[in-house]
Amino acid sequence: MSELINRSAVELRDLLDNGEISAVDVLDAHLARVEAVEASVNAFITITDDVARAQAQAADQRIKNGTAGPMTGIPVGLKDILCTTDAPTTAGSKLLEGYRSPYDATVVKMLREQDALFIGKANTDEFAMGSSTEHSAYQFTSNPWKLDHVPGGSSGGSAAAVSAQEVSVSLGSDTGGSIRQPAGFCGVVGLKPTYGRVSRFGLIAFASSLDQIGPFARSVEDAALLLGAISGKDPNDATSVDTAIPDYRATLGGDLTGVRVGVAEEYQIDGMDSRVEESVKQAIGELEKLGAEIVPISLPHTEHALATYYIIAPAEASANLARFDGVKYGMSLAQDNLLDTYLQTRGKGFGPEVKRRIMLGTYALSSGYYDAYYVQAQKVRTLIKRDFDEAFQNVDVIAAPTSPTVSFQRGARSADPMQMYLSDVFTIPANMAGIPGIAVPCGFADGLPVSLQFMGRAFDEATVLRVAHAYEQNTEWHTSNPPLDAQISTAS
Amino acid sequence: MSDKKLSLEEVDHVAMLARLGLEPDEREMMREQLSSILDHISLLQSVDTSAIPPTAQVITLQNQMRADDVHDSLSLDEVMKNAPDSEDGMFKVRAVLE
Repeated sequence: MSELINRSAVELRDLLDNGEISAVDVLDAHLARVEAVEASVNAFITITDDVARAQAQAADQRIKNGTAGPMTGIPVGLKDILCTTDAPTTAGSKLLEGYRSPYDATVVKMLREQDALFIGKANTDEFAMGSSTEHSAYQFTSNPWKLDHVPGGSSGGSAAAVSAQEVSVSLGSDTGGSIRQPAGFCGVVGLKPTYGRVSRFGLIAFASSLDQIGPFARSVEDAALLLGAISGKDPNDATSVDTAIPDYRATLGGDLTGVRVGVAEEYQIDGMDSRVEESVKQAIGELEKLGAEIVPISLPHTEHALATYYIIAPAEASANLARFDGVKYGMSLAQDNLLDTYLQTRGKGFGPEVKRRIMLGTYALSSGYYDAYYVQAQKVRTLIKRDFDEAFQNVDVIAAPTSPTVSFQRGARSADPMQMYLSDVFTIPANMAGIPGIAVPCGFADGLPVSLQFMGRAFDEATVLRVAHAYEQNTEWHTSNPPLDAQISTAS
Repeated sequence: MSDKKLSLEEVDHVAMLARLGLEPDEREMMREQLSSILDHISLLQSVDTSAIPPTAQVITLQNQMRADDVHDSLSLDEVMKNAPDSEDGMFKVRAVLE
């Protein structure tokens, strides 16, 4: 049954529904894979095999009764910043070690109600702040393509687990690129939906005007399957939007005749890896062969997106993370007075990157700097959004690199925070504008995946998926798996 | 605003606002790193935004209203189970006022 790890989620769906395999078979194959590779990959903070075992039995019953949903019996990884009642939720922070949420995140509840198989809670940069998952307080996650390289971040565990075939699909969260960038580094598909498409209830908040939950998968169709299962209005998230949810899988297929693909000159920057530039150029040529019309566009405020982000996101984070005070839950270092309890708990409980961002955000919001930093950033954000609004008058999607480089070696960017922040320069604009973006594999450089990004109009994930699918189906990049077994046998 | 290095006093002030207890070496590191990051993000000051409104939201949501109905909520036990210290169903902290 070990070949089941090579099956896509939609293939597993058919095999399960036809009674050719059981959900217990699917689970056993994936737990065996976890057993074989997890010591090298370290994608998960917590493995929840007991939970998954009970879900597999319930899934088989559900399939027998004819009440299976799209995700019934499919092995899923959950970023450990999504609250779950039956496993700890750490957000990659020592401050939340052992925390047990009294409720499930809405996306978790939706998957649980279908008896998807929860394999584990995936590693993340602390409170989702980082681009390499090196800021997790628990462990380093390896890039399955090269084990001494980073998987990207912050959803590095979710990306690596899918790439390493420990799960079929997984969920991550994307505030400035934290789904798309690790998907790119690990050679899988990652989708950030439109702001408001998926409920954020039970996602531990980082920057509330930017955060969005989305899927990782090894194919665009699997990402479409999972997106459909988690989309929709939720009374518990007032920013979730009540709008039609297309059957995303059904919209896939066909060529790109009549599709206008925008290419912006601003997405070529100094310091970019020339191999990434070359791969993306070839990918755009491929789109043209598939019938797409390539339209040069301009997004003139792109160069300011990074600075805008590093004001707005830390400002929101500094407010959101005020709740970790050592009183209601989490680490508490009790002192003689309440102020010292706050100072000690937060000073010792948070890691360096989180403290850096809280400091930055507090500074940007503090008296005398609020207008110059925060308000100015929100105004520039308006300009960034207007760039996209104008562009989408003339194009249906925008193609761009996902990241300016491929994955880097662990430790290579740890010393200089600004260098790390540059990893997200091409993914941040979509968060600023609230629009959907997907990362798909488009090449290799020295054995490391290169990734292409498509951005689309708000709530038009269907077009983004359709274009990404057409590209994927006409290229071979998504068919290779990382040489994980070879690396593990060499190491042992 | 650019090319200005934060003072240690400013670092301490912001750390106190954020309720972050920093070790001496962390204060120095924050001073260096925040100054360098602020230097970079200060480039935004050059953008002319005189006629541009700040972004309030990126989607066009109107007020989200709901009926004022009574629903089940979490039990007190569930809410309190992660509390570091509690008494009689309340979070327990050091006295703020003597």
